[in-house]
Amino acid sequence: MLLNEFLFLGAALFCIGVYGVLARKNGVLVLMSVELILNAVNVNLIAFGAFIHTVAGQVFALFVIAIAAAEVGVGLAIVLLIYRNKKSIDVTEMDLMRG
Amino acid sequence: MIAQNVAFGIIAAAMIISAIRVVTAKNLVRAALYLVVVLAGVAAQYILLAAEFTAVVQVLIYIGAIVVLFLFGIMLTRAPIGEESDLYNDQRGLAAVVALVLLGVLVYTLNDAFHRTHIRFAGGPQLTRQVGDAIFSTYLLPFEVVSVVLLAALVGAIVIARRD
Repeated sequence: MLLNEFLFLGAALFCIGVYGVLARKNGVLVLMSVELILNAVNVNLIAFGAFIHTVAGQVFALFVIAIAAAEVGVGLAIVLLIYRNKKSIDVTEMDLMRG
Repeated sequence: MIAQNVAFGIIAAAMIISAIRVVTAKNLVRAALYLVVVLAGVAAQYILLAAEFTAVVQVLIYIGAIVVLFLFGIMLTRAPIGEESDLYNDQRGLAAVVALVLLGVLVYTLNDAFHRTHIRFAGGPQLTRQVGDAIFSTYLLPFEVVSVVLLAALVGAIVIARRD
């Protein structure tokens, strides 16, 4: 298998995730697009781990999965708190700190 | 080698289509379910790359916990379960341009660097035993730090989201 196949797949997922983060209005959907980005990075890590015959690719991917789980937990807690205070999770309406 | 390439092609096509549907679906719950397809496809790619432990961990943690968290978040923020016509902000065009330019740069660089580079698999899959040995010997400090990060995230999420 070509190494480039997996790297292109990672790049495509990354760019779709970037589009989702920039274009979506709902806070939960922005977090989902961040998960797409993290999965793209994981595919890259494991592809290179298989290419260089090292187990470090899998180890780093496991760390990324753990950090992603922590980030989704805290991110959703923040979204819940924002919803509780403002009754909306529209990211275009979060402009309290705008001058 | 042909069967692996065909399998890769089918799974990658399903993943790309589902990822595009995640970022363009009008229904929030459908976006979460398309994300499940993407995550399952990623686990299948890990198996193609002989990383079996990470594939199982991916299914368990990403699909089993994180997507469930997303569905809870959608439920608790009273998002409309049906159609919602207003899911984009007004930066769609610029976002699409940025994403396409980034994709072009990445594809050009990758093609330039790794053109015709094959992955040769040395023996069987990378065993869980090797991954465990590496985590608890070479990468012990990051492992402990990740444990503390998970504890901090747990405490922080509860403190942020509790009602008092």
